Amino acid sequence: MYPILKKRRLSDQIYYMDILAPRTARSCQPGQFVIVKIDEAGERIPLTICDYDRAQGTVAIVFQTVGASTKRMALLEEGDSFRDFAGPLGCPSELIHKTPEELRQMNLLFVAGGVGTAPVYPQVKWLHEQGVKADCIIGARNKSLVILEQEMKQVAANLYVATDDGSYGFHGNVNDQIKELVQNQGHTYDLVVAIGPLVMMKFVSILTKELQIPTVVSMNPIMVDGTGMCGACRLSVGGEIKFACVDGPEFDGHLVDFDQAIKRQAIYKTEEGRALLKLQEGKTHHGGCGQCGDHEHNGNATNDSIHNKTGKINTDNNADIKNSSNSNGNTKNSPNSNDNIKNNSNSTCNADNTIHNDAHNRKEAH
Amino acid sequence: MARTKLEKIPVREQEPKVRAANFDEVCLGYNLEEATAEAERCLGCKKPKCVEGCPVSIDIPGFISHLKEQNVEKAFEVISQYSSLPAVCGRVCPQESQCEQKCVRGVKGDAVSIGKLERFTADWAEAHNIHPVLSCEPKHKKVAVIGSGPAGLTCAGDLAKAGYDVTIFEALHEPGGVLVYGIPEFRLPKKGVVEPEIENVKRLGVKIETNVIIGKSVTIDQLFEEEGFQAVFIGSGAGLPKFMGIPGENANGVFSANEYLTRSNLMKAFDDHYDTPIYQGKKIIVVGGGNVAMDAARTALRLGAEVHIVYRRSETELPARAEEVHHAKEEGIIFNLLTNPREILTDETGQVTGMVCAEMELGEPDESGRRRPVEKKDSDFTIAADMVIMALGTSPNPLISSTTKGLEINRRKCIVADEANGQTSRKGVFAGGDAVTGAATVILAMGAGKAAAKGIDAYLSR
Repeated sequence: MYPILKKRRLSDQIYYMDILAPRTARSCQPGQFVIVKIDEAGERIPLTICDYDRAQGTVAIVFQTVGASTKRMALLEEGDSFRDFAGPLGCPSELIHKTPEELRQMNLLFVAGGVGTAPVYPQVKWLHEQGVKADCIIGARNKSLVILEQEMKQVAANLYVATDDGSYGFHGNVNDQIKELVQNQGHTYDLVVAIGPLVMMKFVSILTKELQIPTVVSMNPIMVDGTGMCGACRLSVGGEIKFACVDGPEFDGHLVDFDQAIKRQAIYKTEEGRALLKLQEGKTHHGGCGQCGDHEHNGNATNDSIHNKTGKINTDNNADIKNSSNSNGNTKNSPNSNDNIKNNSNSTCNADNTIHNDAHNRKEAH
Repeated sequence: MARTKLEKIPVREQEPKVRAANFDEVCLGYNLEEATAEAERCLGCKKPKCVEGCPVSIDIPGFISHLKEQNVEKAFEVISQYSSLPAVCGRVCPQESQCEQKCVRGVKGDAVSIGKLERFTADWAEAHNIHPVLSCEPKHKKVAVIGSGPAGLTCAGDLAKAGYDVTIFEALHEPGGVLVYGIPEFRLPKKGVVEPEIENVKRLGVKIETNVIIGKSVTIDQLFEEEGFQAVFIGSGAGLPKFMGIPGENANGVFSANEYLTRSNLMKAFDDHYDTPIYQGKKIIVVGGGNVAMDAARTALRLGAEVHIVYRRSETELPARAEEVHHAKEEGIIFNLLTNPREILTDETGQVTGMVCAEMELGEPDESGRRRPVEKKDSDFTIAADMVIMALGTSPNPLISSTTKGLEINRRKCIVADEANGQTSRKGVFAGGDAVTGAATVILAMGAGKAAAKGIDAYLSR
């Protein structure tokens, strides 16, 4: 059992927890992830490590309540335990293989989308500890979804907050902010690390390719074991099949086939599933299914997929917190961002197709 | 009707139509009366050929002689000296190509049903709360076993019996390896069979630490240097799924058999009480002809699909056990043999709609000795399907070999180890099972675990 030593609510639906997991705390590095399981019946949920304290033996996770499992996770309190906590998994950030001298000569920009701020934080913090300065953009749909701002301020050289609705900081999405920095203010960057919703990472990568800035993204597709066993997390990178769990989760953003990744993210989101959910929940379903979130306010809807046979509601397994805010830099810029997703006008979930379909391509927690 | 001793006592099974819709065990096993009658058929050979056919050399005539006298407890005692997992082996060992193949009875008539007798003995012992006993002095030497599958459990059990302080490290949240994530409930019940056998290994004093990924959470070097282990056994299996590399393989609805079976077996997705979902098509193609393909196909069938096995050779070359193929057919799995997948078709959302296949014919034998399948010219045709499961075999996980200095691997990424004692290129590190051989059987892994336990004992007794 892995006890929760500290729990903090970062926003309406985003929670922070310190978990006692000495083996993981001893060996984890920025960029890696863990898999948690609440209890016997729970799913294995991959979450990117947000922070760690080797001396205390704790690992911090951040997650957004978007599906049945994360809602259950949010009910756990300090003193309660997770049944399972496995990790660290995946490869650490490439940056940890460089010397502090090499790193100090680089101009680094981190781009964090919504809850994706959580996995960005340990990287910027680690760099800060090596005496390396890095800029950071936190993008969110609105002010209430900006998290870890104070923590990030402590470790980032310059912190820029951008909100889609202009309710806080720069008015615009992360791509608008990148353009502002690079094209208007004359900043130069040698590397961009973008972690957030798939669509955000896709459009950041398109922009940085134009700007000729090498870009690393962190992928967190659906996975089961996290050790290379199931192959669910496979993706195309530069035409080759890679497993995000063992080959990643970080990849060259300019080589990732995002459109395929976006399609694969929707595997457990079937039209039938929505129909079944509607059947089960009737009119009360809208916004109250625990799967859709509140469309009006934050659109952090998620994985409303269903077990076709048993009518089981999916699932936070593929729930990537980092992918759940709408700071994706594309809803305005690209009318095609949803072109791979079937709109279902009958679905009770689709009150707001733009936001919702978009959100349905994201995961809740890395 | 009087039965001659040439025929074996038939074993009771669930009716095909009934079992095709449930996850309960297919084979019901012998009762005491049937087991005694079958035991009577054993000739008790002085030089038993069957023992030669057993990878862990169980004294087969020995345990059967106790069954003849209905002394099941004694029979269990005999088996326990050789095997830590008799209830498992009685179910999943390919006895027809091992002990039973060598049985003298088989020359004229049916071989003695050794596997079913082993299973009966183990099940009876569990039902009567009889467990293997530990009877040796502790040696106060720590051995780490990586992986809690058949190789690891066997190695750990044997070392514990020899007095070592053994800890098994398991990457997943449940111990058992392929016994829990791979082999389905209807062939190998988890609660009733696997869990009790793992409990028996624990009763010998073996500790099991789950959620530890060796190579990530802690390295083998750290186990030696920081945690005081004096020897390490690697039984990490062959967990990495293979794909064909044909177009459309990353489409939605294409799964590795590993993923499909892990969701159903380990995560119990077939059971409503568990959160993990499982994607379920209506018409499913399973590519491959091994035991894993049969397991995936029969799982999909139980979840309500029409299931086709697509295999590029003919029926005689199917690598699956005859019993599995027979059961699959009885349950209604459709076999599309001499059929080779060429491309997976999708709709605009990326969802599988079918598979383009070519017809094959058998040509000259290849290096494996089997006749090589050759594509017939212009024979492409399409099978409609909304889901595809790739059951093409697995290869060892490089997590450990890539993080352990001085551990030699071959070009198939298998760890190089001495077959006789499991010794690897690294001092104090032993290995066995699928991690060394590539995907094979439960009993071969157990044989390797047993050999390595002897090797480790010899190494630490020096």
